[in-house]
Amino acid sequence: MADKRKQVCLKGTGLTKVFGIGRQQTVAVDHVDFEFYEGEIISIVGESGSGKTTLAKMLLGLIGTTEGDIYFQGKKRDISSQKKKKEYWKNIQAIFQDPFSSYNIFNKIDSVLLDCIHMRGGKKLPYAKKLELMTEACGFVNLKFEELTNKYPFELSGGQMQRLMIARIFLLKPKILLADEPTSMIDACSRATILDMLMQLRDEIDMTLIFITHDIGLAYFVSDSVYIMERGIFVERGSADEVILHPKEAYTQRLINDVPKIYEEWDLSTV
Amino acid sequence: MKHFIRQAFRSPNFVAGFVIFAVILLTVFIYPLIITDPPLEIIGQGTFFEPGIYVNVYDSIGSPHHTLKLSDAAAKRIASRLGDDERLAIKEWLVAAGIPEAEVDTENTERLIDQWVNTYDPAVKIPGMTNARRNYYIRLETSLRGLLSTEGVSIAAKNAETAALEEKSTVTQSDYVNVREVPNVRLLLLGTDNFGRDVLTELIAATGVSLQIGFVAGIIATLIGLILGLVSGYVGGLVDDVIMFVTNLFTVIPSFVLLILISFSIGQDKRGAVTIAVVIGFTSWVWTARAVRSQVVSLRNRDHVNLSKLSGHSIAHIILNDILPYIASYVVMALILQISSGILAEAGLSILGLGPRTTEVPTLGLMMNWAMIYQAQILGFWWAYFPVIVTIALIAFSMNLMNTGLDQVFNPALRE
Ligand SMILES: Nc1ncnc2c1ncn2[C@@H]1O[C@H](COP(=O)(O)OP(=O)(O)OP(=O)(O)O)[C@@H](O)[C@H]1O
Ligand SMILES: [Mg+2]
Repeated sequence: MADKRKQVCLKGTGLTKVFGIGRQQTVAVDHVDFEFYEGEIISIVGESGSGKTTLAKMLLGLIGTTEGDIYFQGKKRDISSQKKKKEYWKNIQAIFQDPFSSYNIFNKIDSVLLDCIHMRGGKKLPYAKKLELMTEACGFVNLKFEELTNKYPFELSGGQMQRLMIARIFLLKPKILLADEPTSMIDACSRATILDMLMQLRDEIDMTLIFITHDIGLAYFVSDSVYIMERGIFVERGSADEVILHPKEAYTQRLINDVPKIYEEWDLSTV
Repeated sequence: MKHFIRQAFRSPNFVAGFVIFAVILLTVFIYPLIITDPPLEIIGQGTFFEPGIYVNVYDSIGSPHHTLKLSDAAAKRIASRLGDDERLAIKEWLVAAGIPEAEVDTENTERLIDQWVNTYDPAVKIPGMTNARRNYYIRLETSLRGLLSTEGVSIAAKNAETAALEEKSTVTQSDYVNVREVPNVRLLLLGTDNFGRDVLTELIAATGVSLQIGFVAGIIATLIGLILGLVSGYVGGLVDDVIMFVTNLFTVIPSFVLLILISFSIGQDKRGAVTIAVVIGFTSWVWTARAVRSQVVSLRNRDHVNLSKLSGHSIAHIILNDILPYIASYVVMALILQISSGILAEAGLSILGLGPRTTEVPTLGLMMNWAMIYQAQILGFWWAYFPVIVTIALIAFSMNLMNTGLDQVFNPALRE
């Protein structure tokens, strides 16, 4: 729930992204405003192509913005140099939609995790200490580091890869985590585990979680506030209860109707 | 890397191309170890000796003679002297002298000669025959008479004191020498060229030099193209605009025209093989740069690159670790194409007379150039140019085979 006493950690005003020029222009994100509070779980919900990933990439500073400003911890975000970017990325991290394309296929799992330790300034630590950290991180997501060492990410299953991503975040301990449909490409069985681990991790390191999904049931289940996105615009926003139990927009209603029965039953039992 | 090579060798096209190329390369390395003659040594006095085994006549006389009674020896001897032209000339004379045309058979050597010997008379005047033609017949008659004789020939040497000729020995028509007993026999598998140089030795040396030119040119072109493509594709923005502007400039001027202009302005005496290779390299990187750039552009927004950025890696680290390995197979293919087109570019330049200067090393292009200047293709001296064309074609063919092989393995769209 949006707690006004809490600090705003990420804020956007008139944020816009336009791809292409001339007639082939796509307005992927269209003048969106938002305020994400520290420690909150925020869900951004929208159907495929509504601009969720584009918004996430702008927030991460991976692509430029066409218009609008982003404020991080009250100040206008400044990522003009490589050094400032690196500093920013210590605070904000991401888990991507497709685990199969998220890893460099030429790098071993060890190097993925070591990168995170180095990012946190642990470059000079003795290897034994690094090993301990990596083992701890893998243990957190129920993976055995001894079995993963010297393996390549593509030797893992989709679920395992996504768990490794969470292990990465465990090591990095960022203030904000953007999870872009982290469960959309993996089987239903692993899905619950991944979600569970994400929530656990959030409690553990007390971060703001921005959860991107097209599944409004899931959003209701996990989040404090919900933003509904339709073709680049936030059509509705508010606390999860407000938006999902009393939708004002037909689009939101449609998203709710698309949710499979199983969630509804689950929802009813908890309401 | 190991994985890469193992995958490549799974493609039959690649293996076939590789085998052809390896054979060419091995020949270039091993042949000079066995035949150590300098490749540009002029051995023949005269131009374009036909391919064959050259037996030293002087040594043959000195070698042990063996008598072989072979019944068809005389007929073969005559047949080798009596070419198609001579046969037709004889027929012409005989018919003019009154022998019915049906009775003259140019194929039947024995009867033809018989008819000739019986009818020919230098005194007979045939109406409408020029003097030159009459003399031709007289010469023909003399050579045929010598041919018909069954006597041997004498070998005579001058006496140092009296200056008189003294007979040393005789050679009869049934004398043979064993080629293995003649100390000087030279196999000229591809004859000699216009300068009297052994074409085979020259060809193999030329192949080596041309391959070096191709490698140097290909590596330079690929390196420039790769670096420009990586930087322009990954960094984007103004850097990309500047690089693409330069690249477009080079695209507008065809690289071969540029090559011709540069080679021409360097001047004959400064144009060594290395210079030419470098010039070729510096004028042919354009399409590699474009191709690499477009690959990089499609890679730079991939999530693994994003993850690498989020892990705090520098631009150089990302280009080297997250982009380059993904396009490595592609770059190898581009390199192979650049090498083979470098070889072709050298050949093209040399044919125009703008290749490396001609005195030091042979190249495949120079051999073509020499053969063309001396009109080998018009005069029918096939051995001076045809093997060169075949070699160029084989090199290009083997490299293209390797390339399509790699393409099949690494380009998923073409698989199956
Ligand atoms: N690099 C790009 N160039 C051009 N258009 C793009 C680019 N990236 C995204 N788009 C367009 O922007 C729009 C929003 O895409 P985006 O990936 O943000 O959607 P999404 O909400 O994440 O969808 P999904 O649920 O399928 O992941 C789409 O119409 C897409 O075609
Ligand atoms: Mg998306």
